[in-house]
Amino acid sequence: MSWTWFHKLASPPHAYRILGTIAPWFGWASLALILLATWWGLVKAPADYQQGDGFRILYVHAPSAWMSMFAYVVMAVAAGVGLVWRIKLAHAAAAACAPIGASFTFLALATGSIWGKPMWGTWWVWDARLTSELLLLFLYLGYMALRASFDDPQRADRASAVLALVGVINVPIIHYSVNWWSTLHQPASVTKFDKPSIDLAMLIPLFIMIAGFQLYFGWAVSRRLRGEILRRERNANWLKEAA
Amino acid sequence: MDLQKFFEMGGYAGYVWTSYGLTALILLWNWWAARRSEAEAQTAAKRRNELALERSS
Amino acid sequence: MTAVRTPTLAAAKLVFQRDMTLAWRRWDEVAQPLIFYVVVTTMFPLATTPDLSALREIGGGVVWVAALLASLLALEALFRADVEDGTTEQWVLSGQPLGYLLLAKVAAHWVLTGLPLVIMSPIVGTGLGLPTSVWGVLMFSLLLGTGTLSILGGIGAALTVGVRRGSVLLSLLVLPLAMPLLIFGSRAVAMQMDGDSPAGPLQLLAAIFFMALSLGPIAMSAAIRISVEN
Repeated sequence: MSWTWFHKLASPPHAYRILGTIAPWFGWASLALILLATWWGLVKAPADYQQGDGFRILYVHAPSAWMSMFAYVVMAVAAGVGLVWRIKLAHAAAAACAPIGASFTFLALATGSIWGKPMWGTWWVWDARLTSELLLLFLYLGYMALRASFDDPQRADRASAVLALVGVINVPIIHYSVNWWSTLHQPASVTKFDKPSIDLAMLIPLFIMIAGFQLYFGWAVSRRLRGEILRRERNANWLKEAA
Repeated sequence: MDLQKFFEMGGYAGYVWTSYGLTALILLWNWWAARRSEAEAQTAAKRRNELALERSS
Repeated sequence: MTAVRTPTLAAAKLVFQRDMTLAWRRWDEVAQPLIFYVVVTTMFPLATTPDLSALREIGGGVVWVAALLASLLALEALFRADVEDGTTEQWVLSGQPLGYLLLAKVAAHWVLTGLPLVIMSPIVGTGLGLPTSVWGVLMFSLLLGTGTLSILGGIGAALTVGVRRGSVLLSLLVLPLAMPLLIFGSRAVAMQMDGDSPAGPLQLLAAIFFMALSLGPIAMSAAIRISVEN
């Protein structure tokens, strides 16, 4: 099997060009799907039996929570590839993922908290999912803070890569421990939040929104990655044609 | 489709619209920030290019 | 000419003994985290209530939080002196497996900071209303927890060597990773107090400790190489 396509992909000028070409496709497709999912979720989907129209927050909360974790894993894998095979492009990809993932984590926390108010009566509840998202936000912030603390971009890349790998190994442990911790005290009130009996008609907009968010992530990473490639490239030759 | 009822969201208007509003905000921020990050890198690269050309000529 | 190669264990012992000797000369640095530990645990009754039965409810958690914070305090400077005077470079160049040398350093650090915290824990625990029946679980959980934290903190310290105001950054990096330790450790104490068996969380703590012991040195050597090579 020829690996030339892989090596070509890792070459910055080639990647720069490809990303520039595919980004608009990601962008427009994601816009279409997000708009479709929004209409479907707010208008077409039937109201929930218990939560009424309030449950529609699910259509933005769940996809952002999903993206927050997806972005972290992509970031960690990219960082690992960069560290082990010394591919600068992989480090650049990890750097591109971080702010996007962090913003989704913040959104998941905010929407989760807002959803909690009518459902549990308080703006914050230490349940397993929200607490895990909060810890994930801390991991993102730590990663970005570490990156920012170095002037030397190579050291920033490699040190944050080690941190990302240590973090991703910890994520399952954190999830398990938080889950276990949250079951120790069952809330007295019946949580309407827990498992709305969800039928297919309600799930479709959820999947469309997730697909839309994924494509949006692809767009945002492509654009940021192009910037990161330029920042890392010292050889002016191919830049003359590109810039 | 009653527009009034749509905006009221069965009494949950504040919560639902704030959530969707925040989502739009975050998506817009990502759109703006990604484009800005790329543009800044492009201008910086161009400047580096010009300086390199000046030095070599 | 035959080259004589120092066995790794001997080299690790040298690293360990060097740190112990250095600490002996600057014992006040060893005492600081311990004093911080006592001060922080004193803050909680002052901030809430002198009622021991109320303090007992959260006592295990408070002792654990104080122990984690006190350990972190001492970790920032773990590698600083050695990187500055070039000792770390010598370790990297020595041909010895770097992980073992770093583990020896972390072990010395734990003996000087973690172990005193463990030994002091029944005393500060009593101040928070914890009964003698939980002393064993408290000390054992903290033994595993501070050990794991020393390794996690070692990774963080290796990553942030030379960074301005590194101690805050170090805490930001290490504390989220230490949350599972906190959950299992304080829960074990609470379970023991309620009369349940704390075996579950203690076993999980032990599992995490051994995982840190085996994988930690790999991350630490990678981190040290990155910090030293530039």
